[in-house]
Amino acid sequence: MRSRPTIRPTIGAAILAAATATLALPLSAQEPDFKPQITARKALMQLYAFNIGQLGAMAKGSAPYDAAAAATAANNLATLARLDDSAMWPAGSDNFSTEGTRAMPELWDDMADVQQKGAALAEAADAMAAAAGNGLDALRAAMGPLGGACSACHKAYREPR
Amino acid sequence: MLRRLRRGAALGAALLAGLAGLAALALLLTRPERAPADAMAGIEGDARRGARIFDAAGCAGCHMAPDAPDGDPEARLRLSGGQAFPSPFGTFRAPNISPDPEAGIGRWSALDLYNALHFGTSPEGRHYYPAFPYTSYVNASRQDVADLYAYLMTLPRDATPSQKHEVAFPFNIRAGLGLWKALFLRPGWVVKGPLSAEQARGRYLAEALGHCGECHTPRNALGGLRRNAWLAGAPIPGGRGRFPNITPARLDWSQADLIEYFTSGFTPEYDSAGGHMAVVVQNLALLPREDRAALAAYLQAVAPVPEAPS
Repeated sequence: MRSRPTIRPTIGAAILAAATATLALPLSAQEPDFKPQITARKALMQLYAFNIGQLGAMAKGSAPYDAAAAATAANNLATLARLDDSAMWPAGSDNFSTEGTRAMPELWDDMADVQQKGAALAEAADAMAAAAGNGLDALRAAMGPLGGACSACHKAYREPR
Repeated sequence: MLRRLRRGAALGAALLAGLAGLAALALLLTRPERAPADAMAGIEGDARRGARIFDAAGCAGCHMAPDAPDGDPEARLRLSGGQAFPSPFGTFRAPNISPDPEAGIGRWSALDLYNALHFGTSPEGRHYYPAFPYTSYVNASRQDVADLYAYLMTLPRDATPSQKHEVAFPFNIRAGLGLWKALFLRPGWVVKGPLSAEQARGRYLAEALGHCGECHTPRNALGGLRRNAWLAGAPIPGGRGRFPNITPARLDWSQADLIEYFTSGFTPEYDSAGGHMAVVVQNLALLPREDRAALAAYLQAVAPVPEAPS
């Protein structure tokens, strides 16, 4: 009779601790690690940025126009835009579910739209590849549509900083 | 006793009448303002010039349909409205401003447009909410308003009805907006001092038409712009992240960098514009290059503010 009040809280605390542990454990154990995928897609974005940078420097006038270098960079872009990167975007690797990304969950809600935007990027990269070697004015004119194709995805599916 | 009661009632009535009088006076003083009937008389609008005003003022950015496909040049001219703009005061819905006579502004005169842009006053004499950035458009010239009017009337009609704003008490009482306007709506430039012709053109584009400050400048508790922290960045209402600080304290891009950003959306690191700024870039890219250069020159002349006040 006497011991009851002292034992009960102890048992209660033990049960609570066990429950907390079982709740906490699976959560952290189940959390998938998307680090490789997120690193890979950021690397892909860096490859885009590097090659667009070659073209952008010429468009801005901070580098002299070089038809061969421009064509190379633009062809790289067209190749990148055709890379099948679907394995880099597993479900759940969005910025509500995991760290280190600004990709919004909406991206996974409308894959048809994402693919359409991807196709538009390939189209803009092709147009750049056709233009880049044909003089600075042609290169400059192709920068806008290329940027628009990048922004289309970043507007819809990337969280602002 | 009876006399005292009577006196009390009389005093109360007098007090009530006084309060009502004060309220009436306040309403009278803050009632929707309008320009004189002949304010736009003799100003001929040029639709071709108006297209440039339309792009510089970013009308399509808010008034095109929420599902308008990206970069579709026709979709951005169908001003059906419907986009939602969350704020601490409620969610505002951009109205239909196509020239449809029923759903849009087809029955408006150039003077009606002027009153809307300058005073935030509707043709029926009601206050508009300042989600419609008349605090910036108040600085637009009458000629530009006439040109914009001529252009708007050439755009396709759309019969989509405007949707109601979702604004709760007390902000749903539009009469209160008169007080807000008395506090925060006034013409005049934020960036003062000697400016080159290019910088002055940029100021007109940024402060009057482009309404950059409406997002990039922090607001006080009443939603008024904190002009002493002009363009120093602000939280994105209803979202995560911030509209960035674009004063020279935080944005050290060259004029060429800025022009490229306004043309293609590429930053100096060749990241690309996202969020609503992607739409802004689409509008700016349609302007003549000298206008983008002017905007860049203006941004470099803004006072540096290292941190937006919280």
